[in-house]
Amino acid sequence: MASSIASPAPEGGYQFYVTEDPHHDHHGGDDEEHHHETGTMLGFWIYLMSDCLIFGILFAVYAVVGQNYAAGPSPADLFEIDKILLATFFLLFSSITYGFAVINMQQKKQNAMMFWLIITGLFGFGFLVMEVLEFEHLWHLGAGPGASAFLSAFWTLVGTHGLHVTAGSIWLVVLLVQVKMHGLTEANIRRILCLSLFWHFLDLIWIGVFSFVYLTGVLL
Amino acid sequence: MSAHDHSDHGSYRSYIIGFLLSVVLTVVPFWIVMADVDVSLGVALAVIFGLGAIQVLVHVYYFLHVTVQAEDGWQFMSLLFTAILLIIIMSGSIWVMLHLHENMMPAHDQIERVRDVK
Repeated sequence: MASSIASPAPEGGYQFYVTEDPHHDHHGGDDEEHHHETGTMLGFWIYLMSDCLIFGILFAVYAVVGQNYAAGPSPADLFEIDKILLATFFLLFSSITYGFAVINMQQKKQNAMMFWLIITGLFGFGFLVMEVLEFEHLWHLGAGPGASAFLSAFWTLVGTHGLHVTAGSIWLVVLLVQVKMHGLTEANIRRILCLSLFWHFLDLIWIGVFSFVYLTGVLL
Repeated sequence: MSAHDHSDHGSYRSYIIGFLLSVVLTVVPFWIVMADVDVSLGVALAVIFGLGAIQVLVHVYYFLHVTVQAEDGWQFMSLLFTAILLIIIMSGSIWVMLHLHENMMPAHDQIERVRDVK
């Protein structure tokens, strides 16, 4: 590795992060597949785990105060389950289309990858539109976050998830521009794999939201 | 190393299997609630939470590609650690707060007493 410092540019570009296993530097063809096995992916995973704790705490808050309606509306009065089903499927479709994008990225098919990422973005956008419409509907019914402990917990939990999806969508658009400008560079591949984890993770959190908040809320 | 190739990024097949499982695991709980299926509340809740938990595992395996071997086991270990913390936070909060709630004076009695004071 030391010899490569003096040389103009190592094969595959400089790596600005700590690389593990220095003992086998097989800069052959199959090395491409393993670039993500560095600290970045694990670090991003640990960030996701910390995010998971944030959502866990918000779920716990909802579990504790979610039935304190303060003589206001209850979940059965407010939630429209058919629309939630549609939003759930938007997220689920966006998960699988992101998966297809990653597969195409692995095969170096940049255009196909960008196509699937755009589809993913559209599904994500559809989900956000559904959520904004729901929030607007609740707001007009007077069921804002200040109406009861239940609604405070609800807006915080669902709103935090929605903000994450918004951030992920912005990240997706930025990545599309990056890939368009610079192609499938090593850094872009790493970023797309990080966003992949983030995106699938948000779909996973949504399972908890629709099971625990919406379906259970309507039943009780 | 080559053992990672399959599990790390998945294939069309694994994504589609994960997707189809997720569709079933999503549709069944929604159907129970939307079609007003005639089961007791306990059974309905058990189905919703049971299938939800299974779907989380499906996503972790088929979409997030977490395996025991990935990242030398650190990914799985951090997931396990987070899960344990979450179980402690969730069950602890619910347990403690429900006890507190039970020990509170019922709202109805409280209102009656305030009336008597007047």
